[in-house]
Amino acid sequence: MITKKDVEHVAMLARLEIEEGQKEVFTEQLNNILEHISKLNEVNTDNVPPTYHVLPQKNVWREDKALPSTPREDALANAPEQENGCFKVPKVIES
Amino acid sequence: MSLYNLTVHELHNKLVKKEVSSVELTKSVLARVEELEKSVHSYVTLTTEDALAQAQRVDEKIAAGEAIRPLEGIPVAIKDNMCTKGITTTCSSKILHNFKPPYSATVVNKLAEQGMVMIGKTNMDEFAMGSSCETSYFGPTRNPWNLEAVPGGSSGGSAASVACGEAIYSLGSDTGGSIRQPASFCGVVGLKPTYGLVSRYGLVAFASSLDQIGPFTKDVTDNALVMNAIAGHDALDSTSLNYQPEDYTKALVNDVKGLKIGIPKEYYGEGVEPAVRESVMNGIKLLESLGAHCEEVSLPNTQHALSVYYIIAPCEASSNLARYDGIRYGFRAEDAADLIDNYKKSRSQGFGEEVKRRIMLGTYALSSGYYDAYYLKAQKVRTLIKNEFEEIFKKFDVLITPTAPTPPFKLGAKTGDPLSMYMSDICTIPINIAGIPGLSLPCGYTQEGPIGMQIIGKSLDEATLLRVAYTFEQNTDFHKQRPNL
Repeated sequence: MITKKDVEHVAMLARLEIEEGQKEVFTEQLNNILEHISKLNEVNTDNVPPTYHVLPQKNVWREDKALPSTPREDALANAPEQENGCFKVPKVIES
Repeated sequence: MSLYNLTVHELHNKLVKKEVSSVELTKSVLARVEELEKSVHSYVTLTTEDALAQAQRVDEKIAAGEAIRPLEGIPVAIKDNMCTKGITTTCSSKILHNFKPPYSATVVNKLAEQGMVMIGKTNMDEFAMGSSCETSYFGPTRNPWNLEAVPGGSSGGSAASVACGEAIYSLGSDTGGSIRQPASFCGVVGLKPTYGLVSRYGLVAFASSLDQIGPFTKDVTDNALVMNAIAGHDALDSTSLNYQPEDYTKALVNDVKGLKIGIPKEYYGEGVEPAVRESVMNGIKLLESLGAHCEEVSLPNTQHALSVYYIIAPCEASSNLARYDGIRYGFRAEDAADLIDNYKKSRSQGFGEEVKRRIMLGTYALSSGYYDAYYLKAQKVRTLIKNEFEEIFKKFDVLITPTAPTPPFKLGAKTGDPLSMYMSDICTIPINIAGIPGLSLPCGYTQEGPIGMQIIGKSLDEATLLRVAYTFEQNTDFHKQRPNL
């Protein structure tokens, strides 16, 4: 069972703010989903390897050759705020 | 029949014979858009001027006596989670409401090389998380067969646009059923190819090990034509298969004699409505009468597929969606006290409820101490599900099941209960988990709307799926029905 406190902790990890009233709803809904999911514990998976990926291929390499990349102007075009060719963020360091 | 109701291959013939121009065709589709967007709402963004300019170029080519390719000059709709350079790509989310990608997805470039006429970007569940198109920030799409009902999801706009002639074909993406379930609900043909067959470069990631792009079309022939254009290796996608796709039109053979069809009983059980079961069984009987050998089979691990999916998909999503932080693109909240506060406010105001729920679920399952119990366990059960399909395909060429357990349901019917919404993908999810291909095509109609039949095949055997679907289509007329709108 997850509690309202767990929901608050997970929200912090996910960088989300959940409104007070919504926390109870999420707690209940997440518990319902987790209860459904817990059926997996009935499955015997001893000695079964995990499938992270369905394809047989592993690392895919290419030649280490410089290719054209996105121009800075294009990369910054969607930024809510920019300055001197950089993304601008709220102040991080205390002055 | 109006131009907008015709198929790609019919329209290609008309363009070649100069019976119709690409501009006339595009205008016919745009008039349909004008007429229906208020009620159906398939699109988030329209690219009308570009469409007409491109159609004009194709007409000049035809006038100059040049040969045109099968998709050239034919109006297409693209799901709004595929990047289109300079054209807003929102994923139907507030957090990307103003995002104009600096590059195009590989599939978009491939269709552009084929001379596509893009009508616009289609509505979807926010970040492809949903089965009804109701989680879109821009409001729901409605089912052209029944405006009270949902078109399915998440690629609801792509399915609806093709069903009602707001596009001749479209692209969607499928993580747990997001092409096949809306294809079923809207009475069109939808294919989720083998994982890795179509490049995901430029597809906004939801669950990277499950996502796959595929076509929506009015018939099976069109589906093969679109697959010819989009399948194949892409160096920009490291999960793209190094595989040379075949000419899928060669699979369009009206013959299933001797083919072995498995009917997995787990897909016909509780929750599957009798009308759906009956329509699909009638379809199977027809294929049997045409010489296929049909046999009931069992895939007992199917019962665990939904649980596996609702661990893997939210885990991968919570990681993929960490990039939306209000700094490099998209929505940024006002009045943040500091950097962390900026992340929290931008994300909380930018994401809708279902997206938050899945991020929370995934973050929880991946958080310290829970990894083995959830993510690792799910990946192990995934192996069992995959192995079970591999075993069954040693004896059978394809499997046939319902695509969705019900006909289209009413708007609002499932929005309050996430689990009941998730159940809508119960027949399609196992196929993504195993990475194999699945195709939905119409096999019946009810008062509520269409019913779809799902054909499942072995890895990279799209050709056999298309052959079975084509044979079914040649001997029925479900694909010729159009909604009365």
